Amino acid sequence: MSESERKDTREQAEFRDYCRDWVADNRPAETSVRLPLSPLEIMTTDQLQYLQAWQKAAYDAGLVGCDYPVDCGGGGRTDCQRIANSEMVAAKTPFFPNVIGLGMAAPTVFHHALEERKQQLLPKLLSGEEIWCQGFSEPGAGSDLASVQTFAEKQGDKWIINGHKVWTSLAHFAEWMIILLRTSKDHKYDGLSYFVVPIRAALGKGVTVRPLIKMTGETGFNEVMFENLEVDDSYRLDEVGKGWQVAMTTLLHERGAGQLVTPQSGGMVQRKEGEEAGEGGAYGLIALAKSSSRNGKTAADDPVIRDRIMREIIREEGFRQSKRRTRVPGLVDNPMRIPLQHKLQQSEMLQEIAQLATEIEGAAGSLYIADPNAPAAGRWPMAYMNSFGFTIAAGANEVQRNILGERVLGMPKSK
Amino acid sequence: MTQATDFGFGEEETMLRDSAARFFADNLPIDQLHKLVAADPDPHKSLAASWAPKLWRQMVELGWTMLAVPESAGGMGMSAVAVAGLCEEAGRAAFPSPLLATINSTFILAACDSANATLALEAIVGGAAVSPALINARGAWETAATDVSAVDGKLNGTACYVQDAQKVEYLLVKAQTPAGVGLYWVAADAEGISILPDAIIDLTRDQARVELAGVEAIEVSADAVAALEKAMPAIWTMVAADMVGAAEWQLQTTTEYAKTRKQFERQLGFFQAVKHPLVNVMVDIDNSKSLVYNAACAIDSEPENAGKYAHMAKASASDVAAFASSRSVQFHGGIGFTWECFIHLYFKRQMHNQALWGDGNWHRARLADLLMGAAA
Repeated sequence: MSESERKDTREQAEFRDYCRDWVADNRPAETSVRLPLSPLEIMTTDQLQYLQAWQKAAYDAGLVGCDYPVDCGGGGRTDCQRIANSEMVAAKTPFFPNVIGLGMAAPTVFHHALEERKQQLLPKLLSGEEIWCQGFSEPGAGSDLASVQTFAEKQGDKWIINGHKVWTSLAHFAEWMIILLRTSKDHKYDGLSYFVVPIRAALGKGVTVRPLIKMTGETGFNEVMFENLEVDDSYRLDEVGKGWQVAMTTLLHERGAGQLVTPQSGGMVQRKEGEEAGEGGAYGLIALAKSSSRNGKTAADDPVIRDRIMREIIREEGFRQSKRRTRVPGLVDNPMRIPLQHKLQQSEMLQEIAQLATEIEGAAGSLYIADPNAPAAGRWPMAYMNSFGFTIAAGANEVQRNILGERVLGMPKSK
Repeated sequence: MTQATDFGFGEEETMLRDSAARFFADNLPIDQLHKLVAADPDPHKSLAASWAPKLWRQMVELGWTMLAVPESAGGMGMSAVAVAGLCEEAGRAAFPSPLLATINSTFILAACDSANATLALEAIVGGAAVSPALINARGAWETAATDVSAVDGKLNGTACYVQDAQKVEYLLVKAQTPAGVGLYWVAADAEGISILPDAIIDLTRDQARVELAGVEAIEVSADAVAALEKAMPAIWTMVAADMVGAAEWQLQTTTEYAKTRKQFERQLGFFQAVKHPLVNVMVDIDNSKSLVYNAACAIDSEPENAGKYAHMAKASASDVAAFASSRSVQFHGGIGFTWECFIHLYFKRQMHNQALWGDGNWHRARLADLLMGAAA
């Protein structure tokens, strides 16, 4: 019995058994479709369809949205999503494609939308039938998110939207966008309002989605232009001028510190034929070092490499144990102190591990994904470059440090 | 074996930790501590230990030295996690006492599994303070290393880096025997013992070289290596707990200063050059504290992994101690560089702690041997 299983309630224990059995019987077969490393790099409809079919199957079986109410398309359970997650992750299932929907849109809609809107939107979001994207950043509004300029002007019961959103992952497949809009130019924070917008229906009619190419050479995110897009007032979440507060719900969940646990699946690693399985995370660096040559021995014999691998393993274990400590009242002074570190720590660990892995590969670390001789199919140099997506997105880590310094340590605002 | 989800840190452990925090805060707040241990800034001052023996007697009466003593020897048989909570608070208070030395001795004696070791544990239950005398002149942390020999129950040689030697009634000495390496129980004032205090950086502890010339001793273990291999994870974990508590004090005190002190018409904490490193200190403390409780929990419920987790805890705590210390002085500016500012007490205790029982580099190297095998 694992440590997390000991304190299961009866409902949780039964649900865990159910999930374990279901996942064992229904884990999808490996596909010939070359899958991306993360849901944010889904580029082809083949990839999307394979992953959407998996999310739908897991949803139909009750493993997605378990803690949402039944009338919103959820399972009506209590504190069960993390159990489904741990079973799916342990079984190394494919990831879910609708990550923005599950992680950010769903909790925001749940906390701020009218009842009938929740019942309309959440079932197809949870099932993955409708993909969601997020319209926050703009060319002139990155870390300073509240300076967004994309404007919604009220005309009767309608709002007319004009402006430009960027870094919009999954917009090329999305039915819906959660969007932060300026509805007043007189106030910075209080001039914002929050909407859900059916963008797919409006493609070519006020909405244009254009792919942006990342430094890795992959697409996956986009810019989205709005030109006189008309949206009904009933798509607004919460009151006019309360957009910033709604956006905080989104961001808290995006940074892994929200109340609603995000449905998670994943861990499946596609390999080329003959490629060996390796452990993930920092421990995986050991196997990589043993198979990499350095100075006439292996990289695993080099004391500096050994020390650096141990640093990563220790940090990763500390992070894991901190998540465990979050749920122990006697060992936590400020309940937000560890959750607000989640995004910062996870993204920086990923970056350090990928960087070190590329260094361990030595000369072969120069070989990229298109090279047949690239170790691990060029995964590590690509992962290193992609890691900057995580240290920048969802509020750059410099902003995360402001948030921690101000909200947890109580230091004055740096603005 | 597996660990409890909550590290086994429940109500009882929380109460003990909280009452320890109150005891230290009420009886030796930082200004009193400074008066007690830092009255004389002269590096060449007398080497007599500055501490509060009356408070120590109270701590013994509260039962804190027998927390980890098994119930079979009359102790409280509490978990290592409970003891870690106490050590964290002692570190937060930078409290001068033989608490850590005595607790460490109880872990070693409990691993000896002999009738004499039980008698020694009973002496601790009776109120005795003890310090392990395990280290040789080279400062080697290896379990078998010693410059003391034991022949016919008599000890000869020198033990170095003995912690709080002036504050204890007994010593637990490691010595080479004709058959191997053993552990010996001796009274600190026994005939033939000379305690020669070191002039150390840390004002909250004392340390000594102990010379032994034909000292009568009681063998508590004929196999010191086996006993120490079992006990060292607890020793590493408890000193790491002390360091994490001290680092949290450094973080809170420096943060408070950054909120109060103004330059350029702004509080220091407004500036990201100050704010962000303090956040980094906090993040590192949190990881380290979590590793400490994970290691402590492993000692009782996952002993096969206790060494691995304790290496992680001490390596991480050593790095945190260095980082929190350097930022505490730097961000206090000019005043932080003076004797009158209290933070030097913690800076020095942390420097001492970092090296004690192996620094970060040493523990990472040992961890690598465990996880990767020895290097070719």
